[in-house]
Amino acid sequence: MNGESIHDNRTAHLLLQFIENNSFIYIEMEDLILLTINLVIIIPLLAAALVPFLHKKNSKIHIGWFIFLIPLTLFILLLRYIPRIANGETLAYTVEWIPTYHINFTAYLDGLSLIFALLITGIGALVTIYSIYYLSSKENLIHFYTYLLLFMGAMLGVVFSDNMMVLYVFWELTSISSFLLIAFWYHRKQSRDGAQKSLLITVTGGIAMLVGFIMLYYMSGTMSVRGVISAVLSFQENPLFIPAMCLILLGAFTKSAQFPFHIWLPTAMEAPTPVSAYLHSATMVKAGIYLVARFTPVFGGEDTWFWLVTSVGLITLFWGSFTAVRQTDLKALLAYSTVSQLGMIMSMFGISSLALNSGFRAESVLFSQAAFAALFHLVNHSTFKGALFMVVGIVDHELGTRDIRRLGGLATLMPITFTIAIVGAFSMAGLPPFNGFLSKEMFFTAVLNAGNAGLSSAIPVVAWVASIFTFVYSMIFVFKTFLGTYKEEKLEHPAHEAPYGMLFSPIVLGSLVVLIFIFPNGLGENLLSPALAGIFPSLAAGENLGVHIALWHGFNTELMMTIGVVLGGILLYMTIRYWKNIYRLFPEHWSFNTLYGNILEQLEVVSRKITDFYMTGYLRDYMVYIYLFFILAVGGMVVFTQSYELEIAENAPISEFEWVVAIVMIIAALSILFAKSRLSAILLNSVLGYGVAIFFVLFRAPDLALTQTVVETVTTVLFLVAYYFLPEWKKEDTRSRSDKVNLAVSIGVGVIFTIIALAVQNGKLFSSISSYFENSYELAGGKNIVNTILSDFRAFDTMLEVVVLLIAGIGVYTLIKVKARKGDTTLEDE
Amino acid sequence: MRTNNVILRTVTRIVVIIILTLAVYLFLAGHHAPGGGFIGGLVLASAFVLLFIAVDMETVRKAVPIDFKLVAALGAFISVATGFGGVMFGEPFLNQVFGYVELPFFGETELTTVTIFEAGVALAVVGVVVTIILSIAEDV
Repeated sequence: MNGESIHDNRTAHLLLQFIENNSFIYIEMEDLILLTINLVIIIPLLAAALVPFLHKKNSKIHIGWFIFLIPLTLFILLLRYIPRIANGETLAYTVEWIPTYHINFTAYLDGLSLIFALLITGIGALVTIYSIYYLSSKENLIHFYTYLLLFMGAMLGVVFSDNMMVLYVFWELTSISSFLLIAFWYHRKQSRDGAQKSLLITVTGGIAMLVGFIMLYYMSGTMSVRGVISAVLSFQENPLFIPAMCLILLGAFTKSAQFPFHIWLPTAMEAPTPVSAYLHSATMVKAGIYLVARFTPVFGGEDTWFWLVTSVGLITLFWGSFTAVRQTDLKALLAYSTVSQLGMIMSMFGISSLALNSGFRAESVLFSQAAFAALFHLVNHSTFKGALFMVVGIVDHELGTRDIRRLGGLATLMPITFTIAIVGAFSMAGLPPFNGFLSKEMFFTAVLNAGNAGLSSAIPVVAWVASIFTFVYSMIFVFKTFLGTYKEEKLEHPAHEAPYGMLFSPIVLGSLVVLIFIFPNGLGENLLSPALAGIFPSLAAGENLGVHIALWHGFNTELMMTIGVVLGGILLYMTIRYWKNIYRLFPEHWSFNTLYGNILEQLEVVSRKITDFYMTGYLRDYMVYIYLFFILAVGGMVVFTQSYELEIAENAPISEFEWVVAIVMIIAALSILFAKSRLSAILLNSVLGYGVAIFFVLFRAPDLALTQTVVETVTTVLFLVAYYFLPEWKKEDTRSRSDKVNLAVSIGVGVIFTIIALAVQNGKLFSSISSYFENSYELAGGKNIVNTILSDFRAFDTMLEVVVLLIAGIGVYTLIKVKARKGDTTLEDE
Repeated sequence: MRTNNVILRTVTRIVVIIILTLAVYLFLAGHHAPGGGFIGGLVLASAFVLLFIAVDMETVRKAVPIDFKLVAALGAFISVATGFGGVMFGEPFLNQVFGYVELPFFGETELTTVTIFEAGVALAVVGVVVTIILSIAEDV
């Protein structure tokens, strides 16, 4: 940390120097390189803010082409860091944000974050090209690309942030941008429901994660992830350690769609296919995996961590692949397959945590290789699943359906798409010569190691059974779609090959699938091994963690398992119609989706009941609530602290003029009660306001007096304008009981206010803060202390107040101006 | 709603200028004397409100073709954006700076980033107040 802050000061100093004599530009290259990573996060966010200005003026060029340049540039920029990272360097750069609370914008680049960042920008660029052909210019492209860039920046922020608070902010931002993208076609009800479901589930997990972060901060005293890792030995025994771990895992599991939170991912498929390919298979859903990997050095030594991560991962792996087989919608099939693959990666990270477990000291290097396999599969999954999603997008786009029952026989009509589908699906099934084969073998090694270590022999069995189902749905994906009989009468458009622009991205990804199989060690040595060193810093020091990926290991158990998967898979695929009925064993109303639906419904019903109970629709009732609360809270405080002793002797004498103003105000206040019309009531009310302003003048508070006068004037006008719409003012026949309650409440409020005003001199509960502002002229250069407090000392408050004011203004405007047209019941479902 | 209010209109013609000048003065004076962005903005808003009362809305709309919603948004944007000024130079968020500059005519003058921040506040206040009053008043 120290080294960094020195860096900061130097850069700040250099920048100042640069401004002072701008003829001489001297910023060290090193600093620029470090700052670049912070900029990598900022650039997409800035670009997102600028997209709306890319109006349709240049309508000849699809705006996607402009957007494409951003991830491409960032990708190339990040590629240049590979040699440094492969050498074992890590880079960090801090921009101070709220240093008082240890919240700083620290970008940290190591092997782990680099892998994710390359995936985010690389797949981002490919998806952008794909989306150019997928989305026609008639769609609201401005929205689409704004959200997409917002997501890109947020996701880069998640993987680069070293500060837990900043990480959390970016984390939620990815949930929000995902929400916006799923609801891109918001006129469809399913899109809105899917967006809502994903947001509710991921944000709930996110908040749990925030609580976990705060616990970590409380225990370790630092917000920095690296700081927490280096201090972990000092607080491992803390009783909050396990709760913090569970809460952080909850965040990771919801985000990465782990069982039983996986239900949001299939419904998220309502999003346009480029979004599904990008967010919901390649990047965002891997944020949870990133989090698990990042926090493995903190929690990895705990048995609970191993069991939670591994078992949840394995259950997800099995349940996802088992459910994927029954899907008839190609996208739903891929969604469940993604769930399953995420579970697989998760379980590998769980197994790798044994490397830090004190019980397995001897085999630590062996277990750490599971993390290598996990990272390897993570990259592979992004390539083949990205390609497969794009294939589904092509089928859907060109044929108008993605229902397996209506598809078939497309192989000869769409040869290129068919080839990509074969490459992707066979890689997913774990067959050679594709990269999925390599990582699947390594996965089997990992589960066998875990099984051999005497933990549970169920681990390799579950993994193997789930892999058979993976094989089955991969075959369904290819053969049911592309082979069989061509049923043109069931399609919206006759089948034909997609345009080359649309095929470009899946071809690139498909070629990567094969290339990684042929040259796996280029990826392994340059990216995966450094990342492994990042996950296991304690091991990396002594041992060489690098793993050499070999294509051929001889006839070992792993290969036998793969052969078993193929044989079992073919058998199950052939006999699918005989065992399909087991899916009927789980009735629909037992599913987690039904549970989620019920919870949502009950929430709405119960909260409506509670709200209806006290929201009567009468303003005066609400005033009574507010004042009752005031009486209880403030009055209770006065009694509790016994500060009601009145010492009037020391108060300043009251001048005649003050008496006059006070009496006028009292008369005006009493007359309001008997006013005949609204107009006179308003005017009498403003007498009170101006009276207060006069008091401010008398007590030498010109700023307050000015503000009070102007506010009073403007509000009077506002009242007059608003009251124009109210019905005639007549005595409403209220029940006498509520009259009495109202009277009691108003007298209570008045009495408490008076007591406080008189007692404020006596009860000095804390020392005065005025000394803090005394030398405002030296500190802020202003002689008006009120103004310096507002705009300098407490500028943060003022800024937020301005934002609140704006929100209130927009609220009033929309309430009045935006109404449902006549005949429309709601604005939704147009 | 077209009223024939000659006296009010004649007075308004002069008074609005005075109010506007006062608003600018209050805004600029705020750093050392009573005033500031909030008050300046409110006074500015009250000038517009007076115009809307004295002359009918359509005429003012044509004479002052400003979308006050945008003004409010711009104001909020400015005050948030000045916060990042400090960040650019390695200082904490919302750090305000001031300095003294020798200017022709004015002599030694204090320049401060507070003024930009306050301008944002003032614009937001004007925008919001006028937007609210207009949207209520127009909803006849």
